[in-house]
Order: sequence, then C-alpha cells, then structure tokens
Amino acid sequence: MDFFGIPIQAVLGQLMLGIVNGSFYAVLSLGLAIIFGVLKIVNFAHGAFFMLGAFVAFMSGRYLGIDYWAALFIAPLVVACIGIVFEYLFLRRLYGLDPIYGLLLTFSLVLVLEGGFRVAFGSSGQPYPTPELLRGVFNLGFMVLPYYRAFVIVAALSVCLATWFLIERTRLGASLRAATERPDLTQAFGINVPLLVTLTYGAGVGLAAFAGVLAAPIFHVNPSMGSNLVIIIFAVVVIGGLGSIIGAIVTGLALGIVEGFTRVFYSEFSSTIVFLVMVAVLLLRPAGLFGRTEA
Amino acid sequence: MRNARVLMTAALTSACIGLSGLSTAVANDNYSDGVVRIGVLTDMSGIYTDLSGRAAVEAVRMAVEDFGGEVNGVPIEVVHADHRNRPDVGASRAREWYDNDGVDMINDLSNSGVANAVAAVAKERRRHAIVNSSSTIGITNDYCSPYATHYTYDAYSLAQGTGKSIVDDGGDSWFFLTVDFAFGHGLERQVSEVVREAGGRVVGAARHPLDTTDFSSYALQAQASGAEIIGIASTGADAINAINALAEFGVTPNQRPAALLLWFDDVHALGLETAQGLLLTNAFYWDANDETREFSKRFYERTGRMPNMAHAGNYSSTMHYLKSVEAAGTDDPDAVSEKMRELEINDFFAQGGYIRPNGRMVHDQYMWQVKSPDASEYDYDYMELVTTIPGEEAFQPLEKSTCYLLED
Repeated sequence: MDFFGIPIQAVLGQLMLGIVNGSFYAVLSLGLAIIFGVLKIVNFAHGAFFMLGAFVAFMSGRYLGIDYWAALFIAPLVVACIGIVFEYLFLRRLYGLDPIYGLLLTFSLVLVLEGGFRVAFGSSGQPYPTPELLRGVFNLGFMVLPYYRAFVIVAALSVCLATWFLIERTRLGASLRAATERPDLTQAFGINVPLLVTLTYGAGVGLAAFAGVLAAPIFHVNPSMGSNLVIIIFAVVVIGGLGSIIGAIVTGLALGIVEGFTRVFYSEFSSTIVFLVMVAVLLLRPAGLFGRTEA
Repeated sequence: MRNARVLMTAALTSACIGLSGLSTAVANDNYSDGVVRIGVLTDMSGIYTDLSGRAAVEAVRMAVEDFGGEVNGVPIEVVHADHRNRPDVGASRAREWYDNDGVDMINDLSNSGVANAVAAVAKERRRHAIVNSSSTIGITNDYCSPYATHYTYDAYSLAQGTGKSIVDDGGDSWFFLTVDFAFGHGLERQVSEVVREAGGRVVGAARHPLDTTDFSSYALQAQASGAEIIGIASTGADAINAINALAEFGVTPNQRPAALLLWFDDVHALGLETAQGLLLTNAFYWDANDETREFSKRFYERTGRMPNMAHAGNYSSTMHYLKSVEAAGTDDPDAVSEKMRELEINDFFAQGGYIRPNGRMVHDQYMWQVKSPDASEYDYDYMELVTTIPGEEAFQPLEKSTCYLLED
C-alpha cells in the first residue's frame, strides 16, 4: 500500500520516530516555557542543561557506578541544584532588565559549559549503555521499534502530564501562576515569590536534565548534543505560545510528527520545516497557537 | 649648522639600523621577514576537533622541534587558529595570515569546505597550503596550484580502499547515508563510481546535516532501501551516531554498514564491542611498526592521545616542507614548491612518497579491520592490517585529474 507514492511502512515508521522525537521536544520546551512564564528569561542555556544531564548520568555511571535508573532521578536533581546556584548568583540580577541581557548571560553559560566538556571529554562523545532491561526491539510489522525508544515516549509524556497537573491543578501551581501574573500581590499574601522563582528555574532545568538522561543511551553523550536541539525547542515554544504549558507539550509532540513526515517526503527539508511552521503561525496568530494576547 | 645636525642624526640612525641588522642579514636575505612561519588552521571547537584540533598543532610543533627550531639559521614559528568549520572564516583567516602575518605555509585544514576555500586563497596569494585532515579531491583537481599539497589521504583513496574491497567481497547494492556538504558528496561520488565500475548498483542516498545526533529516521530509510551495504559517507561523531542507530534499529547485521572514513579516534569512541569487524582505510596506524610506535609514544606523552593519520601527516608534511625550504635555501614559494616535488619522502609515515605535479602526495594506503574485544591485548590495540594498497593504485590517476597544471 502506498501513501502519495511512499510505502505506507515508511510513513508509519517515520510517524513513530516523530512521536519519539516529539516527546523530547515536549519535555524540553515544557521546561523552557515554565522558565519564560515565571522568570521572563529567555533561557538559552536550556540545551546546555540537557547536555549536562546526560553528562551527569554518564559521569556518575563511570566514576560512582550509579546505574541508569538511579541516574534518571539523581541527574535532574544535581542539575536543578546547579541551576538554582546559577539563578541565585547571576540570573536574578537581570530581572526587570531588557530580555537581551538574560539571553546573553545564558548563552555565555552555553559556551562555558560546552567548551569545558569538550576540553575534558573531547568532541567525539562518550558511549552510554542502554539499560539491560530495555535492550531489544518490538517488531511492529511496519518497523522495528527498540524497547528503549518506546520507554522514552512513556517516560517523557508521564513527566509532562505530571508537570501540567502540578501547575494547573495544585495549590503550589496556583501560587506559581499568581506569582507570574501579579508578583507584588502574591507577595502580599505571604508567599515567598523570590524563592518560588528560584525553585521554578531549578525545576525547569531539571526537566531539561531529565530529557538529557533519556537521550544519553540513544545519542552519544556529546558536548554539542544540546546546541542543535535548543533552536528547535525555541521554535516549539514560540509556536505553542510563550509561557503556555499545554501549548509547549502539544506543539512539541506535533512538531516531532511534522518533522518525521517531512523526512519521508524530502529529507533535506526536515531541519527547516519547523521554522516555516513558526513563520506561518506568527503571521496568523502572533501570540502562538495556545498563547493569550495580553490586554 | 642645522643641516649638519640633521645629516649627523641620519647617519647615526642608519648606522644603528645597519649594525643591528648585520648579524642576521646574511642568513635572512632569502627569507621573507626573517622567519619561516607555519599556520595550523584547524577545528578547535567543533565536531572535528578530536580528529585534528589541538593535537594537530602539537604534531606540527613536534616536527618543528625535531627539525631543530630553525632552518638555515632562520627561526621557525608556529601559529594556530580555529576555522569553526566555516569556509568563509577559514578563507579570511588564511588571507590575513598570508597578507599581514607573514605565514608561509598553512597546515592541517580539516573540513573539506574549508580546505577547498583555503586552497583557492593559497593559489591567489602564491603561498603554501598542505591539506592533511580532509578528503576533498578538489585540492588536486579544480583548486590545484603549485602551492597546494594534498598529503595524507583523499576521497579517491578511501573509495579504492574500503569501497572497492567491499564490492570485491560481493556487496553490490549500496545505499548511502551522506553528510550534506562538500566532503560527504565527494566521498559518495567516488565510492559510487567504484561500485558502478565493478558492476554494482547504488539504490539511493539520504542526506543529513553536519553534526546530526538522531539518525533513527535515516536508519529506517536505509532499512527500507533493502540495499546490502549501507555506505556511511560521513566521519567523526556523525559516523559514530549513524553506526549506533543502524545497530539499534536492527538494520545491522542483516545489512552491512561500510564506514567510508573512519578514524582511529572513532574506533576509540565507539568501543571495540560495537566497532569490531569494521573496515577502515587509514594511511597510518600507531602500532604498525617500531618507527610508528616511537613517534606515537612521544606524541602520546605530549597530548595524552594516540595519533591518527592526520596527526602523523601533519608531522611528516611539516618536516617535508622544512626540508624543502632548507634545500631551496629560501622560503620563496615557487622554489620551495619545486623542491617539495623533487625530494622523496621517507619517514615513519611514508616510504618512497613523492608529490605529483597536481599536488597529490603519493604513498601507500592501508586497509585495517577493527579487532574484537578478545583479540585486543593492550591499550589502544584496536586494528589489524588487512591489505596494503600501493600508492599508484590508491590515488586518482593523473590523466583523470582536471588540474590546469597538467594541461601542457
């Protein structure tokens, strides 16, 4: 059976891969959207924290013997702590200034982190083994799907839903949303807004690190693994609507699928399609698909 | 009175200049600005930095030190810069070096796009460029000049090595995973030619951008193509990720991957478990004989890593350049170019090597196979020799070269 002249197996296969990639996009753009929503900082270092997550998993495995499952929890925590220190020492000095300062500071962090890891570990990357339990493949008929990739979809989407639930359906989330809209009033109600902001940054980069650990067995753990991704992630957040939680999740997944489809029909175009969608969305709905136009 | 004072000042000044210049004037007359300056233009921060990078700079420095630090009494200097894998950055740095900084020869030149661009600048500015790390056969064809030398290997030798041996072994339908710039396209073209000449066929190709991390969709395309051999026309991290993805999606072992340019460092990064059995065409392997081991040991002590073929080529070509400068008694590019083509190269890297009029350094190439983890007995014991490809067969025959120097 054919689909516009392409075997249906190929289409379904790429669709499946689109969902896998989309899951990565969703977790990463979710963190970015939360940080932008609360801090109003364009966190250019998001890709670097993703890479850092993978490296923490790799290093804790090599030097401390910590396995993948433990790393899945430990690495995001470690990276969140690093993020919190960074926010406390540097980032908070830029609140209220032109967003370009935040962008410059976080971009400089990217250069420092990537450069440092390149000097220490080289550019070829380091292998990270797939956990024993998830080795092997499903034969879906139209493609073979490695167990691990299937696990990525489940893990990533569970974390996205949990985060969405935390923000939209709990008291902590309500305080957070209040602090975003009216920090002064929220403070007056006795909620420690600066602490909330710091923790939000930690949680945002922790999500990036979680995605990094998920990515470690698939890609070589490599200093530049985040820098290509971060551009797409920004496009995802812009398309979804800056600061929109559900927008980031849905758009992340959807763009992964669009990209997968493009690979079937014209592979060279796949790295560009996301930006074309972004242009189209910005022309038709400047606030993004799920964004609200500020009154 | 006033005139007399001016005259005296002028006389004193010229005497001072004369005195200070006297000691070196004799030796320096034939050398532009009194220094032989070598620039190492390489990837210091990107995807190819492990293949050349800082270690390439060290290789050139080692050659300069082993040469004695000066040639005919003139000091030798080494400078280096990062081309960031961008031809425009590489070309403008080369211009600046040649025009303002007195650089006589540029070495390494990883990244085929950068190498082509710098070869063009070298031709225009009449200064030397020696390409060691990249494969583009443009250097000895459209971009050739008396000043551009292609030293270590090229896309043609890779095709004659890995490509040809796999075709001979019965792999007759090919699908390519090609990195989307000059290097990948050139390599794919050369290997396709070899495949077709041997009666095989190329069923398709997928192009991916430089520095791709996710090869899953390309792995599926390769699988769907049904080709027997998946030719990987990329190198470094790209090739590593492609090989991993092919294994992950169960493409291998049903279809065989052929890494068309695999480096020693890639084998190291992949690990023997994944890389075992892969074939690679490399001009140099550290553990080939006593001489290579001696050089490699010294290199390891300085850099903390084993040299690959480009590092060895950087050393050997710098030596050859300096010997040619010494023999010519000048750093005049034309005189040096003549000597470079006249002198034979005999060292740990090449035996009986010589440079053809189009700039191609002809020397034997070797095909290696990656050992299994059990067969590896000590650190970095990764490869065993499969076959030696004589230089005359390994490189593009002169009659096929489009270099303008061959026209008359």
